[in-house]
Amino acid sequence: MEVKDIVNEKNLVYKPSELLTGATFNFCPGCGHGTVVRMIMEIVEEMGIQGDTIGISPVGCSVLLYDFYNIDVIQAAHGRATAVATGVKRVLPEKFVFTYQGDGDLAAIGTGETIHTCNRGENIAIIYINNGTYGMTGGQMAPTTIPGMKTSTSPLGRNVETMGYPLRITDLVAGLEGTYYVTRQSVHTAAAVRKTKRAIRTAFENQKLNKGTSFVEVVSSCNSGWKMTPLQANQWMEENMFPYYPLGDLKANGELIKK
Amino acid sequence: MKELRLMKGNEAIAEAAIRAGADAYFGYPITPQSEILEYLVEQNPEETTGMVILQAESEVAAINMVYGAASTGKRIMTSSSSPGISLMTEGISYLAGAELPCLIVNVARGGPGLGTIQPSQADYFQSTKGGGHGDYRMLVLAPFSVQEMADFVSLGFELAFKYRNPVLILSDGVIGQMMEKVELPEFQPRKTDYEPWGTTGKTPDRERNIITSLNLDALEHEQHNFKLQAKYKQMEEEDTRCETSFCEDAEYLIIAYGASARISRKAVELARAKGIKAGLFRPITLFPFPSKELNEAARNAKGLLSVEMSAGQMIEDVKLATGCRIPVQHFGRYGGVVHAPGEILEALEKLKDNK
Ligand SMILES: Cc1ncc(C[n+]2csc(CCOP(=O)(O)OP(=O)(O)O)c2C)c(N)n1
Repeated sequence: MEVKDIVNEKNLVYKPSELLTGATFNFCPGCGHGTVVRMIMEIVEEMGIQGDTIGISPVGCSVLLYDFYNIDVIQAAHGRATAVATGVKRVLPEKFVFTYQGDGDLAAIGTGETIHTCNRGENIAIIYINNGTYGMTGGQMAPTTIPGMKTSTSPLGRNVETMGYPLRITDLVAGLEGTYYVTRQSVHTAAAVRKTKRAIRTAFENQKLNKGTSFVEVVSSCNSGWKMTPLQANQWMEENMFPYYPLGDLKANGELIKK
Repeated sequence: MKELRLMKGNEAIAEAAIRAGADAYFGYPITPQSEILEYLVEQNPEETTGMVILQAESEVAAINMVYGAASTGKRIMTSSSSPGISLMTEGISYLAGAELPCLIVNVARGGPGLGTIQPSQADYFQSTKGGGHGDYRMLVLAPFSVQEMADFVSLGFELAFKYRNPVLILSDGVIGQMMEKVELPEFQPRKTDYEPWGTTGKTPDRERNIITSLNLDALEHEQHNFKLQAKYKQMEEEDTRCETSFCEDAEYLIIAYGASARISRKAVELARAKGIKAGLFRPITLFPFPSKELNEAARNAKGLLSVEMSAGQMIEDVKLATGCRIPVQHFGRYGGVVHAPGEILEALEKLKDNK
């Protein structure tokens, strides 16, 4: 048997979406961003909505989102992505509009925009990567950094007495009447990836229903920011992040899920 | 059909926006310009022209909504007053960096800080020299009547699209709040053509459109800055506007814009009645500043008086324009106080006697 007998079209199990430009991702190996970023284009391709989709990229590790996507993309100021999305959606209500944001972007500098966009029930999809840190700028403390967690600006571990508590912004927006679908997922295993993909697909499909905001949090590791190997990071995330940020739907079809 | 009405300056801006075929307005209330948002919501143009009106949760959100909506290549507008404009400057820098057209209205009030709700012209530096970070400029139009409040809306949109750049209407609490008769323009249809660069969804017949102000390569980004600077230069060459009155034989020239120009015009009349050869030079674009035209108007001048409701901001442009060849003085009232024609006349007489 020769290599070409194995590596050929017939045996292909995975192929990147045609809607990815082929530009090399700038994400660190082991980081969840890459998985979510490619998955969004798979969904857009599967739904056949390339011509009807406008993405809003944030400030943070995914600031260069537009390099990877063969769709129209607007790059927003730090934290302002959902306000930018509001502007787009209001003048192009028939289009699919999504934001892609980190926790520093969405839950720190952009808290106001996030809450009010959700509260207005803007008919958009918000994809939110919670890696508990500011990845791009070198691993500083984020609002989502968990108690005791060491970062470059909490080198002794986050002290909740002086630095405050982690912000579960997803729980917060789930309580707002404007949100229609709110879920928390992860991408650290193949099964988790499939679930997240379904969640993001739902968020896109919901825009057709015009019922309000869809909010998908993805708890993700930041192995370089956390200073761990990818494997250690995933393990640490399961043991420490998930108890603080339990996975699963918080709101579906406009109804809060009772736990 | 053109229509004659008695209106407040703020209402005239709002009505003119609907008539100009604007696609959307995003704003947040602040005195002395809240009537713009109020009037728009009351008129409900969403029903008639399809123009979207949305009250944002803050000026920061409003300008970023403008950024998003303007990215699609539509006619987008916002308005505020001084403290609100300060909040918008982040967004304005991004709009300029990403080369997005939009119309911003500042009905200015006295500062700094929360200041007063009375009219002021102390936002001149902020408007003409940047305000936000980076090397950028906005084309700044300064109306001095309710009529110009209305007229500058469609002109502002036209210039914004010509240059793919934010255009600012820098008004003040006097012009925003006073009532005057105004001839309203005819209704323009909303834009139906797409801008080739707009993010309206990538269709098979074109490349994807990216709106960004980011460029990690410094050399490339320098090229982008060269392009922006060339654009500002072009504004200077093609879209400088001003108005002169009694300048032909003027020995003493008042330079004033907006509300100050109206009051100064009266002062010039008073001066002429006293036999002083006074004239008024009114910049209409504050950026680009009408330097060439000022030099022309000041060819026989023995003294220049910059009249501003500020501690002296435009005077720097007056000095730059004239190369300090003619003595220049400043007369200003600060912090929300409006000058009286008589005190401007006094200042003019002092300027004359100092010679
Ligand atoms: C107004 C402003 N403040 C600060 C920064 C610097 N900055 C760039 S990325 C970033 C943090 C982003 O963190 P997060 O949103 O969690 O995304 P991640 O990089 O972890 O994906 C900061 C503070 C900026 N670009 N703009």
